[in-house]
Amino acid sequence: MVERRRFADILPHVILWVGIAILAFPVYVCFIGSTHEKSLIANGQMPLTPGDLFFETYYKTIFIGTSGTTREPVGQMLLNSFIMASVIACGKIAISIISSFAIVYFKFPLRMAAFWLIFMTLMLPVEVRIYPTYKIAADLNLLDSYAGLTVPLIASATATLFFRQFFQTIPDELIEASKLDGAGPIRFFWDTVLPLSRTNIAALFVILFIYGWNQYLWPLLITTRDNMQTIVIGIKKMIVTSDALTEWNVVMATAMLAMVPPVAVVILMQRWFVKGLVETEK
Amino acid sequence: MEKRAIFSGKLLPYLLLAPQLVITLVFFYWPASQALWQSFLLEDAFGLQSEFVWFENYIHLFQQPDYYRAMMNTLVFSVAVTFLSLSLALLLAVQADKSIRGAGIYRTLLMWPYAVAPAVAGVLWLFMFQPSLGIVARAMRSLGIAWDPLLNGTHAMILVILAATWKQISYNFLFFLAGLQAIPRSVIEAAAIDGARPVRRFWTIIFPLLSPTAFFLLVVNVVYVFFDTFGIIDAVTGGGPSKATETLVYKVYIDGRLGGDLGGSAAQSVILMMIVIALTAVQFRYIERRVTY
Amino acid sequence: MASVTLENVKKVYPGGVEAVKGITLAIPDGSFTVLLGPSGCGKSTLLRMIAGLETVTDGVIRIGSRVVNNIEPSERDIAMVFQNYALYPHMTVWDNMAYGLKNRGTPKDEIVRRVTEAARLLELEPLLKRRPRELSGGQRQRVAMGRAIVREPQVFLFDEPLSNLDAKLRVQTRIEIRRLHNRLKATSIFVTHDQVEAMTLADLVVVMNQGRIEQVGAPLDVYRRPASRFVATFIGSPAMNMLRGRVVEPGRVELEGGSLAFDPAEFVIPSGSEVDVGVRPEDLVIASSDEAAGLSFTREFIEELGATRVVHGSSGSELLSFILASSAPLPSETTLRLTAPSSVVHLFDRSTGASLRRDGAGSA
Repeated sequence: MVERRRFADILPHVILWVGIAILAFPVYVCFIGSTHEKSLIANGQMPLTPGDLFFETYYKTIFIGTSGTTREPVGQMLLNSFIMASVIACGKIAISIISSFAIVYFKFPLRMAAFWLIFMTLMLPVEVRIYPTYKIAADLNLLDSYAGLTVPLIASATATLFFRQFFQTIPDELIEASKLDGAGPIRFFWDTVLPLSRTNIAALFVILFIYGWNQYLWPLLITTRDNMQTIVIGIKKMIVTSDALTEWNVVMATAMLAMVPPVAVVILMQRWFVKGLVETEK
Repeated sequence: MEKRAIFSGKLLPYLLLAPQLVITLVFFYWPASQALWQSFLLEDAFGLQSEFVWFENYIHLFQQPDYYRAMMNTLVFSVAVTFLSLSLALLLAVQADKSIRGAGIYRTLLMWPYAVAPAVAGVLWLFMFQPSLGIVARAMRSLGIAWDPLLNGTHAMILVILAATWKQISYNFLFFLAGLQAIPRSVIEAAAIDGARPVRRFWTIIFPLLSPTAFFLLVVNVVYVFFDTFGIIDAVTGGGPSKATETLVYKVYIDGRLGGDLGGSAAQSVILMMIVIALTAVQFRYIERRVTY
Repeated sequence: MASVTLENVKKVYPGGVEAVKGITLAIPDGSFTVLLGPSGCGKSTLLRMIAGLETVTDGVIRIGSRVVNNIEPSERDIAMVFQNYALYPHMTVWDNMAYGLKNRGTPKDEIVRRVTEAARLLELEPLLKRRPRELSGGQRQRVAMGRAIVREPQVFLFDEPLSNLDAKLRVQTRIEIRRLHNRLKATSIFVTHDQVEAMTLADLVVVMNQGRIEQVGAPLDVYRRPASRFVATFIGSPAMNMLRGRVVEPGRVELEGGSLAFDPAEFVIPSGSEVDVGVRPEDLVIASSDEAAGLSFTREFIEELGATRVVHGSSGSELLSFILASSAPLPSETTLRLTAPSSVVHLFDRSTGASLRRDGAGSA
């Protein structure tokens, strides 16, 4: 800051690098585990340096799966996770942007009621209504389907509030100019609101993709068939209580594969990620 | 806040709202009201008949030692994770804020655990601390520390706290860093001219200006620990050993799945719902206050 | 091209705020009409009602012979330039100008012709591929003008289009707008709170206050024969001096610091009436020592404006200022006597503020 002292200059960097190392360590160990023999790991003999089974383990994980437990290749799980995360992210963005548009740009009876109805869902996370929601999904024949994995999670108060806040910053004159230019609400939406929302949509997509990818409880309830499992659920099922049966090398490779897509999205789309994270919480 | 220029349209706004509202009603309000209704019912063992029993399910719940145990676990878990992740994140954010050029790099290197699924985070930590094969557990044993999270409840709790904290630090770090960077440098420079040394400057100038962020994060972290850590607990301990890591949310899941006690599970859900409503209300008051400032 | 007529137009907002209180006005075809008044006087609301951006609570608005009360803004054959320009930030300059034409299905070659023509007229040709954020304030303003011009509307509406420009650019753009009007000859309605803009641009000035029209007239007419105390003090800079006085005989009014002559043919008022006396600073002159009439003046300080200087001071307990050419010698005494020709002395009703001019001044 203002003072110049050598020790004070170096200390922050030391603290930060220690922090970075501690955060990275579990992932490093995980990676090491994914490159060694499973028996070596089970015996507690795993070294802190990479082994030479990288390609074998990942090939087996993606195309074959564990031999003893789920028997499902992780490739399918990755695909399921990818579909779920993308559909949830796109679906939430689509239905939220149009509902905010209705709430901000129209006046109609029950407008505030609709707003509050959406807003109040913030207070009803899946975890507090587990079984009744499961029962409805079951009654609607949604078990073991992509629709069942995604549709019940697609309503979003956060995204609706986020777009509402953004729309309120679009100057009124822009709508008036559009009206003078002969644009009705739908044309105004397509020609002006949507292009102006691009960065906000990108920011929201990053957050929601991670949200969708990392879902745990809902996919756990809604999927029974192994080929509908997401990767996050799959990992858990690979770990069996009897240690001897757990193929830790495959589990670790799966964990790596489960982490890479969302972490990559966060790092590659960092600018939008930070914007989305900070602004959705307002 | 109201828009001056508004479109007229009778049907269009309802059509635009319909998808959101239908999903909300079918998958949020209907199940929530079902939970509320069921919490007043007692079903027979076959689920054929049910009887309206008023608050019997709730009374029964509060007579179970297990329920108090789950409450205690939730409390310990929340306090520990919130305290650890907030203070460590603040420490890192303050250091990163000092480095003008490096802040961006540090941010990248510290934020990625946010993207890791809680269940996966749990598996990573389990792998390190698994008593027989974990690399850290082995090191502890060689140092003579008895360590077994699979049998020892306290050890299990420590493990889930570590995993949950590890994942949450990056979120708190990002918000603290944003909060710190929003403090005008001129204010800090003015304090320096006023003769405040760095430590004093932190506690008298920076920390008070950061307190809205800290308060916001406090609420968010409590909500995180309550709900989002479900995956960590399920992956690492499954609530065990002997319910030592069973939180309120996890108990709803277990009781409903195993016991088939729908009324009891519903009553637990309703209590959780009230906790969320209270937390959201606190958060909302905070947002309101921030708007008026 | 078309005239615009307003008949008893009112605007009441939900909540009961009356922004426009019954305005009747005829805006001639091809004229440049300026709605002038302080903020909150209802001038923008009136313009927005003409544009169709606000609903009309009561009364009739006609463009040409067509009643437009219930016609969509885009169907009114008008174009508007907004204060903040309201350019579409994500569209290029070309698309900003072409958007309205595309929406109404204008043939492509016609769009090209009109946009090219407007770009040439406004010297926007090198900027056509840029987006608004890559333009300077003055350039954005010209794009907003271009967007209006390409529509070849019956009526141009301007909502304080110069107020976001810096002082120098404002003067320059003002001249450009007037030049453009002389060329296009389309009916233009221009809203501003800046009386200099109004005086320089308008064929017809409409002075508004608190939702009503105070006076309608040619700029000089409004300046020389203000219909009310409000108009008198609002127009002209520095503002007209306003002093309390009492009519002692036809053609003579007594003030705290002396007396002034007025034109008894213009102002027929019974002796003994309490009035407000208005004299513009530029109309006051230093009295020669032998003159009996005039006002005492105690000098306090001087504002140098270059070509002229404004001398501030007081007459009795009332503040007074007058203008002196810089070339004229500044009297060394701090107390002077000032006088003014009877033709420039204005009298206003003390309680209503209306001008006491016999012909009901201002009905131009």
